[in-house]
Amino acid sequence: METRVIGKSVPRKEGRKKVTGRARYVDDLSFPGMLHGVTVRSPAARGRIRAIRFEGEIPWHEFTVVTAKDIPGKNCIALLIEDQPCLAAEFVNHPEEAIVLLAHHDKYLLEEARRAVRIEIEPLPAIFSIEDSRARKEIIWGQDNIFKSFCVDKGDVDGAWASAAFVVEGRYETGAQEQLYIEPQGMIAQVSEAEGVTVWGSLQCPHYVHKALMVLFGLPRERIRVVQTETGGGFGGKEEYPSMIAAHAALLARKSGRPVKIIYDRAEDMVATTKRHPSRTRHVTALSRDGRLLAMDIDFTVDGGAYETLSPVVLSRGTIHAAGPYACPNVRIRSRAVATNAPPHGAFRGFGAPQSVFALERHLDRVAEAVGIAPDELRRRNFIREGQTLAVGQVVKEKVDMNGLMERAFALSGYHAKRKKFAAANSDPRGAIKKGIGFASFLHGAGFTGSGEEYLASEVAMEAMADGTVHILAGSTEMGQGTNTIFAQIAAEALRLDCEQIKIIQPDTAYVANSGPTVASRTAMIVGKLVETAGLGLLKSLTDGEFLQPGYTAADFSRACGEYVAKHGPLKTFVKYEHPRDLHWDDLKYSGDAYGAYAWAVYVAEVSVDIRTAEVRVNDFVAVQEVGKVINPVLAAGQIEGGVAQGIGFALYENVVWQEGRMVNAQMTNYVMPTSVDLPAIRVYFEEIPYGRGPAGAKGLGELPLDGTAPAIANAIAQATGVDVRQIPITAETLLEMLEGVHA
Amino acid sequence: MRAYLPAYEMETPRDLEAALGRMASEPGVWRPFAGGTDLMVLLEAGKLPHQKFLNIWNLAELRGMEVSSEHVTLGALTTYTEVQRNKTLLREFPLLCRAAAETGSVATQNRGTLGGNIANASPAADSPPALIVYDAEIEIVSAGGSRWVHYASFHTEYKKMNLHAGELIRRIRLLRTHAQWKQYFRKVGTRRAQAISKICFAGAARVEAGRIADVRIALGSVAPTVLHAVRVEELLRGQRPGSAVLQAAQDALNAEIAPIDDMRSTAPYRRNVARNLLAEFLEVLAG
Amino acid sequence: MPERARKIRVSCVVNGGAASFEAYPMARLLDVLREELKLTGTKEGCGEGECGACSIEMDGALVNSCLVPALQAQGTKIRTIEGLAIGGSLHAVQQAFLTHGGAQCGICTPGMILAAANLLARYPQPDDAQIREGLSGNLCRCTGYMKIFESVVAAVRRAETRA
Repeated sequence: METRVIGKSVPRKEGRKKVTGRARYVDDLSFPGMLHGVTVRSPAARGRIRAIRFEGEIPWHEFTVVTAKDIPGKNCIALLIEDQPCLAAEFVNHPEEAIVLLAHHDKYLLEEARRAVRIEIEPLPAIFSIEDSRARKEIIWGQDNIFKSFCVDKGDVDGAWASAAFVVEGRYETGAQEQLYIEPQGMIAQVSEAEGVTVWGSLQCPHYVHKALMVLFGLPRERIRVVQTETGGGFGGKEEYPSMIAAHAALLARKSGRPVKIIYDRAEDMVATTKRHPSRTRHVTALSRDGRLLAMDIDFTVDGGAYETLSPVVLSRGTIHAAGPYACPNVRIRSRAVATNAPPHGAFRGFGAPQSVFALERHLDRVAEAVGIAPDELRRRNFIREGQTLAVGQVVKEKVDMNGLMERAFALSGYHAKRKKFAAANSDPRGAIKKGIGFASFLHGAGFTGSGEEYLASEVAMEAMADGTVHILAGSTEMGQGTNTIFAQIAAEALRLDCEQIKIIQPDTAYVANSGPTVASRTAMIVGKLVETAGLGLLKSLTDGEFLQPGYTAADFSRACGEYVAKHGPLKTFVKYEHPRDLHWDDLKYSGDAYGAYAWAVYVAEVSVDIRTAEVRVNDFVAVQEVGKVINPVLAAGQIEGGVAQGIGFALYENVVWQEGRMVNAQMTNYVMPTSVDLPAIRVYFEEIPYGRGPAGAKGLGELPLDGTAPAIANAIAQATGVDVRQIPITAETLLEMLEGVHA
Repeated sequence: MRAYLPAYEMETPRDLEAALGRMASEPGVWRPFAGGTDLMVLLEAGKLPHQKFLNIWNLAELRGMEVSSEHVTLGALTTYTEVQRNKTLLREFPLLCRAAAETGSVATQNRGTLGGNIANASPAADSPPALIVYDAEIEIVSAGGSRWVHYASFHTEYKKMNLHAGELIRRIRLLRTHAQWKQYFRKVGTRRAQAISKICFAGAARVEAGRIADVRIALGSVAPTVLHAVRVEELLRGQRPGSAVLQAAQDALNAEIAPIDDMRSTAPYRRNVARNLLAEFLEVLAG
Repeated sequence: MPERARKIRVSCVVNGGAASFEAYPMARLLDVLREELKLTGTKEGCGEGECGACSIEMDGALVNSCLVPALQAQGTKIRTIEGLAIGGSLHAVQQAFLTHGGAQCGICTPGMILAAANLLARYPQPDDAQIREGLSGNLCRCTGYMKIFESVVAAVRRAETRA
C-alpha cells in the first residue's frame, strides 16, 4: 500500500521545543503565590502511629500542615481497589509511607521543617521477602497476604509426566528495577470554590489521576481537571504513582488556598515511588526424546509491596507471557502477587512479562542442554505457528514466523560461527576474557489483556478547524515514546495531509476524550486505530456534504473545512473503541484471546566476561522483531534501542539494595544505569507484516524490548563462563562467587 | 535540594595569604571549597555539616604545574582534565592520568581537583593510589608556614588525615624516577564510566634482569584509607614476577587489606578481585 | 533558625549578555539559572552531579550546574541551551538531534546537546570512542544512546559540508 507519511521518519512533533530547551516540564512552571510542598514519611516499615511532633525552631504557624484528618472524601488512592491510603492515619505498612504534608513559600525552610517533624511509631512485625509472605509469617494484607492469583490450565499436565523422556526443573529470580526516568516526579495543584481541583504534572494517565482525585475529594467528574505537562520519561513509573503526588499537592492547595508545587528530588523519587516487581519462578518441563515440549508446569510469584495498586494486572501479563511463543499441549501456570512491607511495586515497561520471560528463556537453554540439542534447535522444534494454540487457549491467527526471525537474527549476529568460535577459545584455561553469545525468543501482547480494552472503551475526538487545522483530542500522553508524532502521521495519512496540519491537543481532562491510559503497548495500535477512524470520519463528513472532492490538495481541504464550519458549525468526530466480535476472553477460566495481536521477536546478545573481576560487557546486540507496519522508523528503532538499554541495565547493572523494605542505594551514584560507554551497538531490525486491525497495519512495540534482553544476556554469560545463571541482576559479586565454583 | 541555604556562608579571599589568614583567625571554622564536586553533593543531600567556606577556586598560588629535572609539581587545584592533558604526566605518570580519566565524567573532571580528592579523604578516591605509587609529597601551608609530607602516610584512619586546623594543601610533588618502571592501573566499578570504585589497584615496578628491583603498590576501597601495600612490596622485592611468588604475595595482600560489605560491593568480592588484580600486575611485570 | 549568610550580588555573562542576580553564596547555579534568570532549559535530574541534565558551559568548560555555587559564577561566561540557537536557526547539534531521533522525552536533551557541542569544540572530528566518552556524564533513559551518537555524527557531517 502506498503511504504518504506512514512509514516515514518525520521529525518528532514537539522536537524543536525539546532541542531548544523551550519544552515546559512541571518544574518549569510557576504560578503567582505558589507554595512548595513536601512529604513527611514513615521511618518504620510497619507499625502504629503513636505521635506526630512538630519540633525545632521552626515558625510552624507559617506552614500549611496536612494530615489524614484534612481529607474531604475517602482517604485512599483509588485505583483497582481502594486499599492504599493517601496519608497513613493510624498504621503504616511500608517505609517512606506518606503521613504528613507541609507547604511553605520558602523551599529551603521547608526542608528544615521536614527534618523537624518527629513521627513516633510503635513497630509491628514486618515481612520483607516473597518467601516470608507466602509462608504467612505475618499476615499483613487481607486474609493470606495474596493480592491476586491466577490459574491457567491447558491440556493435562499431570498426565504428561509419565510419557516424558526428560523432565527439567529450575528456579529463577528477578530483582526490583527502578524506572529512572530522568525527570523526577512532580505536580502542581490549585483548588478553588469556583474551579474545583486542577492539577498539572508529569504523568502517563490523566484519567487515573482524575479518578483518584474524585474519590479523595468526593467531587463529581466536572470539578476535577488534570493536565499533563511535558513528561520527561515514564516507563510505567508515572502510570499510578502520580495520583499520589497529585492528591498530596491538591490537599495542600485546598488547605492553604494557594497553588502548591511538589517536586520530588531524586532520592525521594527512588525511595518512595514504585519499582518493577521482584519475582520468583519455578519451571518443571517435560519433553519427548526428540525435544518436543510435552508439558510446562510454571509457578510464578511477584512481590507487590504493601498495597495492591496494579499488582493484579502486572501479575496477569506476567502469567500470560510465562509460557512464551511455544506450542505445548499441556500447560499449567499458577501465579500470585503477594504482599510485603516494601513500598508498592508497580508498573514498569513490560509489566510482569520481563520477569516471567527471563525465567522461561533462561530455563529453555538449560532444557536444551538436558535434552542434548542446541538451544536454537529446541526452540525451532517448538515455536508456535499460525493456527496453533497458546497457553491461554488463544489460537494464533496472525502470520507468525518465529523461525524466520531467529534465522535473520542469527545471520545478522553471526550467531552460529561465534558460538563455535567462543566455545573453542573459552576452553583455553589461560584466557582471562571469556566470550559468549546467547539469544531469547519471545512475544509481547499489545493492548489491555483479555476484555480490558472492551471495559476501557476508549474514545478519541478529532476536530477540523475553520482554517483546516485538525486537532486530535485524546488523553494519550507523550512522554518521549512518540505519541504526538505517530498520531499526527496516522491522522495525516487518513486525511491525506501533511503532519504540520495536524495539532495534538495537550492532554487535559477538561477537553480531551478519555482514550485510556498510555500503557500496555496500546497507544499506537488501539488508540492509533481510533485516530485513523476519526480521520476517515472527518473526511467522510466533508466528502458526503460535497465540500471536498477526491484528489484534493491541502488548500482544498482547508477551504472545505471553512465552508463546512460556516454552514454547519464545528466539524468534530468522536470515535469509540469497538471490541472485535471474534475476540473472546473468559476471565474466570483465564482463557481465550488474551491480546488482539502480538509482537514477535528474537534477540541475540554477545558478551565478554573478565573472569578476574566478573565484569560483563555486552559487545554486540541484535534485535529482530515483527511489529506490523512501522509508522515511524526512527522513532520505532529508538523505542527498541532504549528498551534494550533498560533491559541491559535490568540484566547487569541495576541492583536495588534493600534494608527492611527500604531502598538504601537511592541515588543515581549508587543505583547504576548504563552510560554511553557501557552499551554495545544495538542493532535493530523490523519485519513488517501488517496487522489488519492496527492503524495502517501497526502493532504495539513499546514494552517488547524489555522481555528478551535480559535472558539473551544471561544465556550468553552461561556460554561464556559455564555459570548456570538463575537470577538477575547478574552482579559481578554474585557472578564471581559462582565462577569460583565453576573454576575451583 | 535539602540544605537550608541561609546557614551556609562562603567568601572569596583575594589571595592565598588572605585565605590562610582567615583560616588562622578562626581555626577549624573555615573550610576550603574548590571545585565543589564532593561538597555540593553533601550540601544537596542536606548532609553538609560545616557552614563556612572559603572559595579557593581562583587562587593562582594553588594552580599551575612546574616541571624541573627532578620533579613535577602540581598545584592542588590541578583538575583531572588538566592532568590528562599534560604531556609530561602522560609520558611519565600514566597511572595518575588513568585515574584522572576514570574519575567521574567530563564535567566532574573539569571541576574536580587533586587537592580536593586528597582532602576529601575517601578510601574510594581514584587518584590517591597512583599518588602513593609515585611516592608523592604534598606541601601543606598555613599562616604559620609550610611543611612537606609523604603522601603515603598522610591519611591516618577513615576520613582522618595529617592536616590541622588552619592548614591547606598547596602542591603535590612527584619524583620523576618512574618513567622506566612498568606500570599497571585498574579500577573496577559497576560500570565503565563515572563509577565509584569497588576496588582500585595501582602498581609500578622497576624490573631488572627479570627481577623486581623495586615496586610500589596501592589500592583503593579495600581499607579505611587508601592502602599502601608495604608488606606485599617487601615480599616482591628481589623476586621474579611469576607463579612462584604469586601465592605468597596474594596471601600477604589478603592479610594487609580489610575490605567491607557496603551497598556497592562485598568484602569477599573485593578480596578476590584484589588477589586477581595482583596476579594481573605480576603478569604485566613478567611480560 | 541559624541564619548567617546574606544574599550576595553576582554578575556574569549568560548566553552573551550581561546578567546579574542576588543569591545565597552556596545556592546552586542550577537554581539561579532556572529561578532568577528564568532559563528553565537547564534541568535537574539527580542533584548530585551524576546525570548531566544540568550541564552548562562555564568559561568554555562543561560543568554540572547543580555542583557550582552561585558565588563561583562571579565574572564567568556561561552558556546554556537557550544560548545555542542563533536567532531562529538551530545549532548543528540541535538540528541533528531533531532529525535523527536524538531526543525522546527531552529532559536530558539540553544537557546532552551542550555536552555534544562542547565535545565538538574539543574534537571537531570525534571517533566513536570519543563520542561515547564525551557523553558518558549525560545519562539518557529513553534512547539507549544510539540515536544520540548518530545525531553527533550527523552534526559533524553537516559541519564538514558547510566548511
